[in-house]
Amino acid sequence: MTNTPELKLTPTPGQTIGPFYGYALPFEKDNELVNHAHPNSVRLHGVVYDGNGEVIPDALLEIWQADEDGNVVSREGSLVRDGYTFTGWGRTAVNNVGGYNFTTVNPGATDQGKAPFIMLTVFARGLLNRLFTRIYLPEDAAALANDPLLASLSEAERQTLIATREADGSLRLDIRLQGEDETVFLSYPRES
Amino acid sequence: MSANTNALDPAATTATQEEISAEISSTHEDYRQQLLAGKKAETQPRVDFAPYRSSLLRHPTKNLHHADPETIELYSPAFGQRDVHALESDLTIQHNGEPIGERIVVSGRVLDGDGRPVAGQLVEIWQANAAGRYVHKRDQHPAPIDPNFTGVGRAITGANGEYSFTTIKPAPYPWKNHHNAWRPAHIHFSLFGTDFTQRMITQMYFPGDPLFALDPIYQSITDQDARDRLVATYDHSITSHEWATGYNWDIVLTGSNRTWMEEEEGEH
Repeated sequence: MTNTPELKLTPTPGQTIGPFYGYALPFEKDNELVNHAHPNSVRLHGVVYDGNGEVIPDALLEIWQADEDGNVVSREGSLVRDGYTFTGWGRTAVNNVGGYNFTTVNPGATDQGKAPFIMLTVFARGLLNRLFTRIYLPEDAAALANDPLLASLSEAERQTLIATREADGSLRLDIRLQGEDETVFLSYPRES
Repeated sequence: MSANTNALDPAATTATQEEISAEISSTHEDYRQQLLAGKKAETQPRVDFAPYRSSLLRHPTKNLHHADPETIELYSPAFGQRDVHALESDLTIQHNGEPIGERIVVSGRVLDGDGRPVAGQLVEIWQANAAGRYVHKRDQHPAPIDPNFTGVGRAITGANGEYSFTTIKPAPYPWKNHHNAWRPAHIHFSLFGTDFTQRMITQMYFPGDPLFALDPIYQSITDQDARDRLVATYDHSITSHEWATGYNWDIVLTGSNRTWMEEEEGEH
């Protein structure tokens, strides 16, 4: 990634999602990447916090991930879910106590030996531009140890990106926009 | 965290417009000095921007951490005609009657940072009505709701990245950031690219709005050229005879990482 080409055009600035997206962006089954009845369905959940440790009740989250076999899918139908087509993408507005839930599957490794993760985007009133981060699955210790991003972080920072597997099989990761255990948020090449 | 010495509760803040404007001017003056000292122009809003009080506890204090994109980050979800009906781009035909207000057409193109059109991708918009009221339970502004206007639209971009919405010009509305705070009229836009790292949500404004200078959300973008990129242009070629006035607004996403990486692989 050393010779990243220069951009020809300057990107348009982002702005906050504001408080009033609730009648516009959520849609039926927006957080159900698979049906609850899917034999391998997994609950991904957590809470979104601000810099005082208070819950944020008006954030909107989106996830984007590979399927169980690590394939990146390119299928229409996210906005009108039929309950059968896995599109890899989901959206949810957090609830009144900052909680979020997705029903999905564990993503597979996209390449052999790679640590599987789910991409997460955070929008909120008060947040002037979107934030990107990753939710890593906790199981493959060797892959996590070899992951270039995780390797570039301190142990405390790494913990903000690795989900916990709970007894019922669900994945749990809280998001902290600010403060002591602040989530590591990411920038990518070619943003400006 | 120094910004947190300001009022923490946006509902309780008693700052005047003059105080907010002075804070904005001070940050912008610092930015001008940075530019004179040879620093690169900023193109995005600051997430740490105290005049927008709700941002105080909702911005990361650490720098964003650089990540080289992995496979999933080089792709984006696919949307198409299965997801969005063609009529969803006309916000004036969603009810039994005509909505009240100034009928407008907003059209333009979605491009990536290399100037490539983003084709076949989802664009979502939402906005207040002609009285400055959102159809949202938390909007308590005592302006009328229009039973013929919801203010939500969707479209799938064409082969050249083009989109077009028919809607009603939204009005400014008051909010609680400070005393007598008003947002300039705007339409929220939600955009996807070819890589999910290009995902963005922003706001389109209308030319010549007298509220621009007073608005801490718009002014969180410290660079005037960057701020101008959020303002649509009146375009008489989009205006249609005896029907609607027209605005043009092109949107540029960040650069795709997949495209150049694939090209580079092809060269070896």
